[in-house]
Amino acid sequence: MFIIGELINGMYKNVREAIAKKDESVIMNLAKEQENSGASALDVNCGPLSKVPVEDMKWLVLTIQKASKLPLAIDSTKPEVIRQALEITKNKAIINSTSADEERLEIYVDMALKYNASLIALTMDKKGVPQDKDARLELAAGIVAFAQAKNFDINNLYLDPIVLPVNVAQPQLKLLLEVLHEFKIISEPAPKTIVGLSNVSQGTCQRSIINRVFLTMAAAHGLDAAIADPLDKDLMDAVITAELLLNKNIYCDSFLTAYRKK
Amino acid sequence: MGLELVKETWSSAINIVEIGQTKDAGGSRGSIITVGGETGLPFLHSESKTLNKPVTVFEIWDVEPDWPDNLKSPFGKNLKNTLDWAKLCKNEFKAKGLCLRLAGAHPDYGNKTVDELAKLVENLLKQIDLPLIILGCGDDTKDNLILPKIAEVSKGESLLFGSAVQDNYKTLVAAVLADGHNIIAESPIDINIAKQLNILISDMGMPKERIVINPTVGALGYGLEYAYSIMERARLAAFSGDAMLAMPFICFVGFEAWRAKEAKANEQEVPNWGSLEERGILWEALTASTFLQAGADILVMRHPEAVKHVEKFIDKLMEKN
Repeated sequence: MFIIGELINGMYKNVREAIAKKDESVIMNLAKEQENSGASALDVNCGPLSKVPVEDMKWLVLTIQKASKLPLAIDSTKPEVIRQALEITKNKAIINSTSADEERLEIYVDMALKYNASLIALTMDKKGVPQDKDARLELAAGIVAFAQAKNFDINNLYLDPIVLPVNVAQPQLKLLLEVLHEFKIISEPAPKTIVGLSNVSQGTCQRSIINRVFLTMAAAHGLDAAIADPLDKDLMDAVITAELLLNKNIYCDSFLTAYRKK
Repeated sequence: MGLELVKETWSSAINIVEIGQTKDAGGSRGSIITVGGETGLPFLHSESKTLNKPVTVFEIWDVEPDWPDNLKSPFGKNLKNTLDWAKLCKNEFKAKGLCLRLAGAHPDYGNKTVDELAKLVENLLKQIDLPLIILGCGDDTKDNLILPKIAEVSKGESLLFGSAVQDNYKTLVAAVLADGHNIIAESPIDINIAKQLNILISDMGMPKERIVINPTVGALGYGLEYAYSIMERARLAAFSGDAMLAMPFICFVGFEAWRAKEAKANEQEVPNWGSLEERGILWEALTASTFLQAGADILVMRHPEAVKHVEKFIDKLMEKN
């Protein structure tokens, strides 16, 4: 599973303070810790409260790149913030994210092509998050068709069905798992699938176990990637084991260590 | 519209392992063996690179072997003396490397002493400048005595030592690591154990580029397909990024092929099986050729005619397709 570490986000107090004080060590440690715990990429978000998001994002990118060689998922709602960050990323980056609205796709698909980046696309539009499976699938098909028309490599496209908290939209989670399969048959090559995992347990008292079980269920439904907390060792162990049981890696007695040595 | 072949692209390659150290590099070998580096399944040259040609090496023993006559005949009386046997392989049969099996160390097969065997290896290194593979006798206790000593007297030559197994790897790995040699990790046709053993060996600090996998193979008619599928599965995992399976393969083809009754039953016993002379050679050559297709990097062989067939086949496989 391609795990994008979620901990460098201005929503968290330690990150917010580090940005304010330009304290590089906090950010560099977070980058290193996530990498050492098995993250495949790092999400970077300067947070909704940032008054100078372009500067803050650029500082975060430069700081992280001092500590880690992992690809970065540039996470912002503002195209200009993402564009300026892409200018300075050393490795192939991931744009996080576009919606299914055509005007946003227009901006972000072009941007991904220009900077040879991957693109996360949420299956929601101006009307909000769809309440059923078919509407999500329809938006997903629209995103893929748009990307194909622009000759964007579908291998670099991640579709996010948008996971809602279990205490808000309980009936939807089963449908979300089902739609992961259906996204895969939209095109050949198939788009990749991604979830923002921690959302599923937002506002609950048992966050870790809910995240862990949902991620293993999603893995069994073919999920390719998740934005998650790689420092949650139980979560990482669960996903490594899930992939082992799905025959994605060869068993050996030390399979947990072996996976982390990759 | 022309037919377009589907090409597979992989993310990872097999490690490159070098056996032998030349004079310039502090050893005394006249040549070295370099294997590994494949970036895809064997010999699909339009899809991936087979960086280094697979190699054949000749198996020699420290005592006269109990082989069938049709296998002994090309070597004649040289089988009685390891150094003569080694020279014959180098000079007459153009061997690229030698694999010395210390069968005579076994408590039931001569029980040769540590010093005796260390002396033999020293002489062999002095007189023959080919890269060398050293195998123990298969008795763990005895091997743990002789192999560390031999590793010590051959320090600087970057030999390949075998075999580390799951229940007995620490002593040999420590010796090989200290004296700068390479190691064979042997598993009983079991991909899970192969991977686990590589983890255990790397945990002791052995660089991955100094490990060669002996997956254990079977001869034609004796589980060859099973061994083939294990090797293929390990390779597919390695090319997809499993670093603990990305080591070159060594296959003891001669050992397996010449155990088969088809390679040694004479014409009186089985008149409709054809000439014994040809049959034995073909049994070894066909077994070896099959494992080349599964990704074998080093083939340890016995009969010089079989080696000749296989070398010719390797050259053919290395041509662009």
